[in-house]
Amino acid sequence: MSSCCGDKSKMILPCSGAADVGEIADRAARKLSNEGDGDMSCLAGIGAGLSGFVASAKGADEVITIDGCEVHCARKSVEKIGVTPKSYTVTDLGFEKGGTQVTESVVQKVVDSIRGGKTERGGCCDTSAKSKRLGCCG
Amino acid sequence: MKIEILGTGCPKCKKLYELAQEAIAESGVAAELSKVEKIQDIMKYNVMLTPALVVDGQVKCAGKIPSKDEIKKWINKQS
Repeated sequence: MSSCCGDKSKMILPCSGAADVGEIADRAARKLSNEGDGDMSCLAGIGAGLSGFVASAKGADEVITIDGCEVHCARKSVEKIGVTPKSYTVTDLGFEKGGTQVTESVVQKVVDSIRGGKTERGGCCDTSAKSKRLGCCG
Repeated sequence: MKIEILGTGCPKCKKLYELAQEAIAESGVAAELSKVEKIQDIMKYNVMLTPALVVDGQVKCAGKIPSKDEIKKWINKQS
C-alpha cells in the first residue's frame, strides 16, 4: 500500500495474461514494485469493479499499465474507469507473443525499458519519480 | 449509514475525518462515522492509497481528499 502523503503515488497494473508476454508483463510489474518504482495492484480487481481497486486507480497520481501484447487488456480496463495510463507493451520491445522464453534477462529488459520510458504511450515523459512505499507521514 | 475513514493517522486522514463530520452534520443524515487505522484492516478494503472514504462498504475515494460537496453527494445518495 502506498503512503497517504509525501511523494507521488504510482500504481503499476500488468495484464498478467496467459501468454508468455503476459507472464513477462506480470513479472516486470512485480520487479518494479519490489524495487520501489511504484506499487503493483490487481487489474482483475478493477475489471471486477471492486470499489477499493477502482477508487485507488482513480486516486493515484500516475498509473502505469504493462500489456503483453497489442490487445492492450490492461490499458483498456483502466481507460474504462476513466483513467489514462502510461502504457507499455512487451511486444513493442521486440518480443514475440508465443515465441519468447520467460527468463530473468527478458524481464529485466522490460523493466529497464519502462524505467527509461521506452515504448511509452500517453502521459508525459517523466518516469523518474519514485513512489514512497508504506507508512505515513504522521 | 456507516461511514469509515481509512488511514493511519496522518494530517490528510484527519482532515478527511473532519470534512466527513461536517458533511454529515450539514446533511442532517443519521450516520455512524469511524476511523480504520490499522494497515491490515485498511487492506481488507482493497485500497492501495489512503486516505480513503467508505460509505456502507463501498470505497468512494482513495488517495485524495474530496470536497465536502462530493462527500455530501455520496451520503445523500445512500440515505
